[in-house]
Amino acid sequence: MALEALRVNRLRSVLTMLGVIIGVLAVVILVAVGTGAKDAVEKEISGLGTNIILVVPGRLSVGAAPTQSKLNLADVAYVRRVVGDPAKVTVSLQSGETVRVGGTEAFVTIVGTDQNLTNIFERPLDKGRHLSETDVDTRRRIAVLGSEVADKLFGDLDPIGRQLTISGARFRVVGVYAKIGQTFGVSRDQEVHIPVTTAQRLLGIARVNGIAVGASGPDEIEPLQERVVAALTDRYPGEKFSAVTQTQLLGTIGSVLGMLTGVLAAIAGISLLVGGVGVSNIMLVSVRERTREIGLRKALGARQRDVLAQFLIEAVLLTTIGGVIGILLGVGGALTIQALTPVPASVTWWSVALAFGVSAAVGVFFGVAPARRAGRLDPVIALRAE
Amino acid sequence: MTAALEALDLTRRYQLDGVAVEALRGVSLRIGRGEFVAIIGPSGSGKSTLMHLLGCLDRPTSGRLRVNGVEMSQLSDTELAELRNKTIGFVFQSFHLLARTTALENVALPLVYRGLGKAERRSRARAALESVGLGHRMEHRPSQMSGGEQQRVAIARALVGEPKVLLADEPTGNLDTRNGAEVMAILDRLNSDSGVAVVLVTHEPEVAEHARRQIHVRDGLIELDTADRNPE
Ligand SMILES: Nc1ncnc2c1ncn2[C@@H]1O[C@H](COP(=O)(O)OP(=O)(O)O)[C@@H](O)[C@H]1O
Ligand SMILES: [Mg+2]
Repeated sequence: MALEALRVNRLRSVLTMLGVIIGVLAVVILVAVGTGAKDAVEKEISGLGTNIILVVPGRLSVGAAPTQSKLNLADVAYVRRVVGDPAKVTVSLQSGETVRVGGTEAFVTIVGTDQNLTNIFERPLDKGRHLSETDVDTRRRIAVLGSEVADKLFGDLDPIGRQLTISGARFRVVGVYAKIGQTFGVSRDQEVHIPVTTAQRLLGIARVNGIAVGASGPDEIEPLQERVVAALTDRYPGEKFSAVTQTQLLGTIGSVLGMLTGVLAAIAGISLLVGGVGVSNIMLVSVRERTREIGLRKALGARQRDVLAQFLIEAVLLTTIGGVIGILLGVGGALTIQALTPVPASVTWWSVALAFGVSAAVGVFFGVAPARRAGRLDPVIALRAE
Repeated sequence: MTAALEALDLTRRYQLDGVAVEALRGVSLRIGRGEFVAIIGPSGSGKSTLMHLLGCLDRPTSGRLRVNGVEMSQLSDTELAELRNKTIGFVFQSFHLLARTTALENVALPLVYRGLGKAERRSRARAALESVGLGHRMEHRPSQMSGGEQQRVAIARALVGEPKVLLADEPTGNLDTRNGAEVMAILDRLNSDSGVAVVLVTHEPEVAEHARRQIHVRDGLIELDTADRNPE
């Protein structure tokens, strides 16, 4: 019966649903994109390796200017003693530099590091070898290339054993990393790894940017983190050092992106509310148009609650049908975005359930006022209405 | 035996833009079971107002009304709805059929509010339609039927719940003479066959002739009740 009433004014029903459709569509797509982004970042962080602690000088806070590094290689050796397992500590010194092979140039991130990098981070090779302890000790001018750098500079040629120039100094390629994509929007395949000692001489810097420590298990992370920070603070009284773990990074980024997703969903939810106002409006029009019908039904024995239920069901049907259409379009849209763009989108069952629940609730909320008006109509006046 | 309808000194005052309109000014009447009564009077005399009160669609400003022995002032709105559903059948001048609904579903509508199942509703509605000679129009919509047929559907709808009283407000008002006569013949027959009391509201003396008793209303008062002239 209620469906019939909606079918009678098909165009109007569809237009009324449109507000709800768009609202639900927006909720589903925005939540999918937000969740997709969060999943992607979390995958990136977990893909780095396991149980990683990053130690940097200064206080770590979002938006703060990077602190001038106080750490040097002696401090790295000190941290190695504090940690106990020297193989589980590595170092990083980064700088943007131009590399050249013949006439081809590329701007890359030079990363000065050591042989322990792969004990802590996930960094598989495509060909050749990693940096070795001897490379670091003897300041060899050798390099391991990210996959994009290798492609750009050498094309189809095998880069192993070939020469390249970094800031005017010649280096020999000993390895090429497998493609690993981006971390935090920065392509890691544009890195060129060289021994940290070589990097310090090349760049004329005695410092390093940061130290990474690998804990032996999840339970070890926190005590180790505290121990390292305490030891460094001991060594440099008055200085600040920060250590962030993967878990903390995951938590922070997760909550930032979660909040962002929530804000987006809330904005989309507002359009759902606007859709609800449209439903309310149309239901009021419908009650007015069908005043005589209401009068007749009351004459035939419809109670106030029968008439109220009739219009409430119509309103809820209007919004839930709109909700289902919006969900279908939203899921379709999210899958299309996923397939056609680099934006990750992941439809979550809870956003679908929530969107459906909210559209039903919108129907009840915005349908109640018109339905009550219908239920309370005086039958005599309603029957006499034109 | 209790009367089908018993009104005592009914008044109904409307408030219109601050002006009080006395549509009924003290009407008393008693309509027995199975009676056929015409309420006749000029336009604006208060006939429809009286019919709405007798059908419990409205409450009087003062006075008392018993329907089938039940004092209506004692009942809540919900109970009045149930009373209308079970005891009263309405037929209106403008039919009041649901436009996009078949004859059968229109007739079955009162039974929805009685909580009957669909199969039962349909079989009773079918029987009611057959009793007004519309067995061949079950699936027709109002727009596919003549005015006379539509009014017969409305009569079937009024009867499907087996009421004690059928209230018809100008049932022939929108019909030509031939269709009007047909509708009147059906009301005549239903009254004598099923024993339902029929209260016919009209301003046409020829239509009122069908009833054995006429109540003349003017300016909200009963001017003449033929039952008083020749009591049985
Ligand atoms: N809802 C109302 N508000 C104000 N006045 C009304 C209302 N309904 C009827 N009336 C007035 O009451 C009087 C009787 O009306 P009605 O019962 O419809 O007469 P009839 O059916 O005999 O033509 C008329 O003067 C009419 O204008
Ligand atoms: Mg009238």
